[in-house]
Amino acid sequence: MTLQDIHSLVDVENGTGSREIFVDHDIYREELKQVFGRAWLFIGHESQVPNPDDFFVSRMGEESVILTRDRQGELHVLLNTCRHRGMKVCRYDEGNTRLFTCPYHAWSYSTDGELVSKPGELVGVPGFKTHYHGQLDKQEWGLIHVAQMRNYRGTIWATWDQNAPPLEDYLGSFSLWLDSALNHRDGREGGSVVLVGVQKWRTKCNWKFPATNFVGDAAHGVSHKSVNMVGISPSASGRRDERPKDHYAFGWPDLGHGGLGFTPRLEEDWVQGDVFTKYPEVSKYFGEVYATRKKNLEGKTHYQGKGTIFPNMSFHEEQPRTIIVSHPNGPEETEFWRFYLVDEDAPDHVKDTLRHYYMTYSGPGGMTEQDDLENWAYATEASKGAISRQFPYNYQQGLGWSEPFDEYPGAVWCGNLVTEQNQLVWLKRWSEFMQGWEWEYLMHERVHPDARAFPLKVGDK
Amino acid sequence: MSEAKLSSRGTALLQEVEQFLYSEAEMVDDRQFREWLNLFTDDLEYRVPMARNVRSDNIDNEYMEGAHDIHWIDEGKETLTQRVEQIHTGVHWAEEPLSRTTHLISNVRVSESVALGLKDEEVDVRYVFLTYRHRLNDQEDTVVGRRRDLLRRVDGQLKIARRTIYLNQTVFLARSLSHFL
Ligand code: FES
Ligand SMILES: [Fe+2]
Repeated sequence: MTLQDIHSLVDVENGTGSREIFVDHDIYREELKQVFGRAWLFIGHESQVPNPDDFFVSRMGEESVILTRDRQGELHVLLNTCRHRGMKVCRYDEGNTRLFTCPYHAWSYSTDGELVSKPGELVGVPGFKTHYHGQLDKQEWGLIHVAQMRNYRGTIWATWDQNAPPLEDYLGSFSLWLDSALNHRDGREGGSVVLVGVQKWRTKCNWKFPATNFVGDAAHGVSHKSVNMVGISPSASGRRDERPKDHYAFGWPDLGHGGLGFTPRLEEDWVQGDVFTKYPEVSKYFGEVYATRKKNLEGKTHYQGKGTIFPNMSFHEEQPRTIIVSHPNGPEETEFWRFYLVDEDAPDHVKDTLRHYYMTYSGPGGMTEQDDLENWAYATEASKGAISRQFPYNYQQGLGWSEPFDEYPGAVWCGNLVTEQNQLVWLKRWSEFMQGWEWEYLMHERVHPDARAFPLKVGDK
Repeated sequence: MSEAKLSSRGTALLQEVEQFLYSEAEMVDDRQFREWLNLFTDDLEYRVPMARNVRSDNIDNEYMEGAHDIHWIDEGKETLTQRVEQIHTGVHWAEEPLSRTTHLISNVRVSESVALGLKDEEVDVRYVFLTYRHRLNDQEDTVVGRRRDLLRRVDGQLKIARRTIYLNQTVFLARSLSHFL
């Protein structure tokens, strides 16, 4: 795959993208390095490892990683492979330990700060004195750490790239929407937990289908017609979702993030619709919480939205309040991980009603998500033929109608909910990563010679 | 229950339960979903908990069944009915065209107390199942696991009041649960 080839895959100006991106095996191998080897990736939530020595095994692209809390309370993300001959040192999904002993030849790694200078270092090597003659550098051969890790309002992120910018810069003002998913409903920072049980499942689709669906594909609502006909919403009206006014697509062309969200307004002007009319006690709870929010945040600005953080973490801030990570699992397969969030101190019956709705809606058993999976799987299958892959996808809906939206610095919109602006934003970013740009170019501190401007409405600069 | 010695009443009950489960399975495979719903009581609890890999000394926590734990499915009759109705809309693309399923049921055992004839309004049943699905051209999967049902006799007929389905998989490999396990 030459640089020229990569350039030709995404044509932002004309709103097309090659199908090769979604099916080609060489491109996939390259993505694992250029995208998943460099970008900030979502690992998990701190509430999944509340106590010292707790661990939760997660993924970064195809790699298995261990999120663990050491005895001093610090979090670490370690590559889950023995330095000796590669055996997976942890084959549990979660648990509690400070010693990871490899099953193969029993090298053992510790996170105990009293035993090692850096968590994950080697502490035990059978035959260290006799067979290695004491000549193995244990500090050198510890478990591999991610290059950078960050706890953002309880969510844990990591990157393999030492030169990646701070997570906050990587997120840009899109973090305002992430906050709307992570913060307590009463407006306080954090205050949310991930419910026990991460749904993990595999589907035969390329990982970019979900990523570019959740980046704000409002036109696909029609594929969920059956759920609307049946009426699974916790509001008595039956529709799947009803949202407050002024709900639009916003994209961040320099960062690749995007989603569907609301124009900012004063907290006191935010009207929270009651979506739980079938459950009066839950309605009452949210009524109270949102009243508290108005009081606490009076005079502040209300930011709210859902979407995809480049490359593969998507979240929904409201119903169902979840995080989904679309892990690449081969060019034609995605392993989904869905995490469900609730306010930590919500009463039991509220948590229970929410979780029931979440499961009805999302995951492989979710009546809504099933139809998405169907679309992504058969779109992948029908795109990989030698003939079919020659014809690019169309992303021209709303092309050339985008304008800067100053209240979200760095964002563009077209004053519409339904537009493919955000898919192009995401693909543009994907192309920049795949071309191997250095971070100063990726963060647009310097203009790369191959940089393409995002097409704006004529007259707008 | 190492040596289940069934009384003749217990044997008759076991046979009745088996026939009930077989005809239920046939109903699903025949896509008689609306009729199938009638086999469940209105206060149905239908759960498919998730499993995770834990150390063997923590094996009691392998399946996540805490009050607030996320399941694959955890619902009552209202939602199960909606699933059936969703299939009947004709635009539920994950089941349009429909899956072809075959349910195999085996190793059926009824609780000892019931088998001994101590209580016959409710029967605790444990058994295993295998559900094969084929759909479209090459979409196929096999979901295997254990089921535990609480059957209740209503107006002389057995009905399912509680069903818990324990899947062997931790990562669900069959794309979606658009079919009934
Ligand atoms: S592979 Fe781990 S000790 Fe040899
Ligand atoms: Fe969808």
